[in-house]
Amino acid sequence: MHANERARQLLAIADDELILGWRDSEWTGIAPTLEEDVAFSSIAQNEIGHARALYELAARELGSDADTLAFDRAPDDYLCAPLVELHLLDWAHTIARRWLYEEADRVRIEHLMRGDDELAGLAAKIDREETYHRLHAEMWAARLRDEPRFRAAVDELWPYALGVLPQELRPELARRVGLDGSNGFGDAHGRGSHRPELQELWETMTEVRRSAPGAQW
Amino acid sequence: MPVFEVFRQERKGQPFAHAGSVVAPDAAFADAWAREQYGRRGESTALWLVPRDAIHQVTDWADEFDLKYRRVDGYSIKERLRIARERAGTAASRDR
Amino acid sequence: MDSRTQEFLAYVQSGGQVEATDWMPDEYRAKLVKFVEMHANSELMGVLPEREWILKAPTLQRKLALTAKVQDEVGHAQLIYRVVEDLGKPRERSLADLIEGRAKFHNVFHYPTRTWGDVGVIAWLVDAAAIISQKALLKCSYAPYARIMKKICWEESFHILHGRDVVLAMVTGTEAQRELVQEALDRWWGPLMQFHGNPIPREEDPMWTWRIKSQGNEEARQQFLEGYVPQIRELGLTVPDPKLRRRDDGIWEYSEPDWDELRAVVTGHGPRSQERLAFRRRFLEQEKWVRDAVLAA
Repeated sequence: MHANERARQLLAIADDELILGWRDSEWTGIAPTLEEDVAFSSIAQNEIGHARALYELAARELGSDADTLAFDRAPDDYLCAPLVELHLLDWAHTIARRWLYEEADRVRIEHLMRGDDELAGLAAKIDREETYHRLHAEMWAARLRDEPRFRAAVDELWPYALGVLPQELRPELARRVGLDGSNGFGDAHGRGSHRPELQELWETMTEVRRSAPGAQW
Repeated sequence: MPVFEVFRQERKGQPFAHAGSVVAPDAAFADAWAREQYGRRGESTALWLVPRDAIHQVTDWADEFDLKYRRVDGYSIKERLRIARERAGTAASRDR
Repeated sequence: MDSRTQEFLAYVQSGGQVEATDWMPDEYRAKLVKFVEMHANSELMGVLPEREWILKAPTLQRKLALTAKVQDEVGHAQLIYRVVEDLGKPRERSLADLIEGRAKFHNVFHYPTRTWGDVGVIAWLVDAAAIISQKALLKCSYAPYARIMKKICWEESFHILHGRDVVLAMVTGTEAQRELVQEALDRWWGPLMQFHGNPIPREEDPMWTWRIKSQGNEEARQQFLEGYVPQIRELGLTVPDPKLRRRDDGIWEYSEPDWDELRAVVTGHGPRSQERLAFRRRFLEQEKWVRDAVLAA
């Protein structure tokens, strides 16, 4: 199915954004303050929006459509990084993931923007919208810097964050985040295997859609 | 947490109008939160965020003596204008 | 009633507007806080039945639209709690009263959602019922509340359109999808008919006396029926009330709603009341450290 290397690349990023957006949308209604709830929901929607744009690009390569790619693959066929699959329904972990993911995503996007194709153009658009995500993540990270729960969450998620990027870009992430790469990044949880949480997420995410395959909604 | 009053400008050139308020620990959070609460639909071109404490409200004025001389409703020129036109021979056939 | 209060009453009854920093009678303030707080609680609790469907939305478009709709409800809660706060009641106390069962929220948010059919019916018809009340509140004597209603009404208009679109996709889809909508409508009709409250005459409603509400309960319900029964029927859906009919004088007749059910439900005895309050309590407590430590200036 994935004969197309370019399509795989697009799907990997799209899957990251879809699954993380799905996780982030879980906070709608239950964030620490109402003001934060509204802001965080915008971020989740942006991520789904990015996923959609990337799926649409991939769909053209694969002769499919965005919804089919987003929802009609089996869990094992998703190409997302394990970081986004983790179920982290507490604020310290959620912000740790947001912060780490934005740093990794920025490295990835900058890399993509150096190309001169349609994907570079889309990456530039995504990058502009990500300005708000970074502002938000940094704002929270600054406040939580001295909070032990946050530090512990960042340490715990660090190997997963590395796994968002291919090997050659990991040192750059370590440089930016100021976290140690001295153990040679050997512990990174990279793409290729999925967390058990993905199965449950997928079942919930596709429950309605699977109830009437091919139907319009 | 302090209250930040939000003033929004819908389109360039229009006045900033009070739109509501957000409760935030500091200006950075107020910025991050107000921009989504008052701008996620592209309905604002700019926001002013002002700590409530910085706002000084004025609500009463003394109004003891006749101030009509400062206002349009303090002037009734109709009668004198009519006489002036008659004298100048410029009275219009239609009442102005 | 002392003369200052008498003057105030005459003032609001002749269309006078009240600001947060104005003097107001204790009774007015107390009734206002209770009314506005119930509205805020309702927006906040209304999020819970819908948010599980964000996670199950069957297309990217629907996921975005539903997330945006629910985000709006949270935003409305923020706007409305701010009004309550500026009347002197801190948000923590309102939320504590809510989860401890000392405060009420609207009946419709105490019921379960069972299928994607509910998603369409709620976004279309529950929001339609709500917007009728909200439009009437644009004339509220308390100006800060009237002003936020403008933003709320503007945002609600997209919700109704989204809901109707979801319903339309299903009634023009498979037979099974159409049945989902009809089945959802069958379950939601009762709560919808109770939504605007029992038909207490305006003159006996303290909310009208103080011009907090500018519309009687029955007036709102009639407006809902007049606007939406034709829209429901034109899709070939049936309203599950054999007595429902429009008289020649334009008044809708219907089966008497169960006012006992309404009373029981809004005081926390609905099918999902306790479960949802517990859910809300769980997250309020879990993230207390964020508010108390991290965000405290």
